[in-house]
Amino acid sequence: MPADTTTTLPETADEAALRRKAQRRRSIALALALGGFALIFYILTIVKMGPALFDRAL
Amino acid sequence: MALAHDSRNLPALTGEARVEDYLALLKPRVMSLVVFTAFVGMVMAPGSINPVVAAIAIFCIAVGAGASGALNMWYDADIDAVMSRTMNRPIPAGRITREEALAFGLVLAVFSVTLLGLAANWVAGAALAFTIFFYVVIYTMWLKRSTPQNIVIGGAAGAFPPMVGWAAVTGTLSLESAVLFLIIFLWTPPHFWALALYKQGDYEEAGIPMMPNVAGETSTKWQIFVYSVLLAASALAPSLMGFAGMLYTVVALLTGASFILLAWRLLLARDGAPMRRTARQLFQYSLSYLFIVFFALLTDTIWTRMGGSF
Repeated sequence: MPADTTTTLPETADEAALRRKAQRRRSIALALALGGFALIFYILTIVKMGPALFDRAL
Repeated sequence: MALAHDSRNLPALTGEARVEDYLALLKPRVMSLVVFTAFVGMVMAPGSINPVVAAIAIFCIAVGAGASGALNMWYDADIDAVMSRTMNRPIPAGRITREEALAFGLVLAVFSVTLLGLAANWVAGAALAFTIFFYVVIYTMWLKRSTPQNIVIGGAAGAFPPMVGWAAVTGTLSLESAVLFLIIFLWTPPHFWALALYKQGDYEEAGIPMMPNVAGETSTKWQIFVYSVLLAASALAPSLMGFAGMLYTVVALLTGASFILLAWRLLLARDGAPMRRTARQLFQYSLSYLFIVFFALLTDTIWTRMGGSF
């Protein structure tokens, strides 16, 4: 098997900053997606229950 | 010759995938047409649906279409890397790994189908699941690399969304929704073969057996013409079946005649640059055509429900 001749260059400060920024934005997007997912299920549950939701003794 | 699936020679991950790269995996432009046609199917369907449920159903169909796009890019990364039109997509450009795209696509597919089933009904959920399966497995994995009829049969995947929208309201798949399917199904071959005619080199290089590089340009142009005539005729079916009025009929006649005229011009175009220019014109017109026809159906339906008549 031929030897792997590829080398990895060390990351520069700019590259590291870009990577961290991309990571942060991905994390925010994921958090928003999960929050949206929970919100959709909450709204859907309320809609499916309909007016009967409020039809109970206080 | 068709290219065997080969994931070697793809660039390594740079670790800088942006949110935009994940959005690009969803093929937003394809998604917009899917959403629009599904919406028209939903509005045309008899019966009523809670507006919140309708919005969630449209969202699910959009996410399902996006999942199909991500799974398509996962599998086709090797040929995307060869074609000029697709080489800057996130995977061949090395911004996202194939495994990430696969996981992303699968999660979205399961999420969209489950949510649509729970929100609307399981007929719609099953139809969406079948659409994703058809696009990814039947078209992408099987037909695309093996036959020049790839987009004819595979076109069914893009034609299902109005039926999914219809099913979300009615819980059934009726003949009327099948007519909407038929219009998109017959629209797909002239649309993609026009693209293939002016991007022929790309497909040939990637080893994709598209009609122009298998059957030749003349045969492809004839087939485009035949499909254009069938498309224009099928677009009149909603009028003949009585679920579209005069407004739609006039639009369908005019746009269908223009489609046939452009296909005829392509048939007569001299080889080389004039042919590629006409093919490009037909490709661009075909995009507008589908939008106009479905918009006319939508307008006609709303107008009729409001009590108007022509």
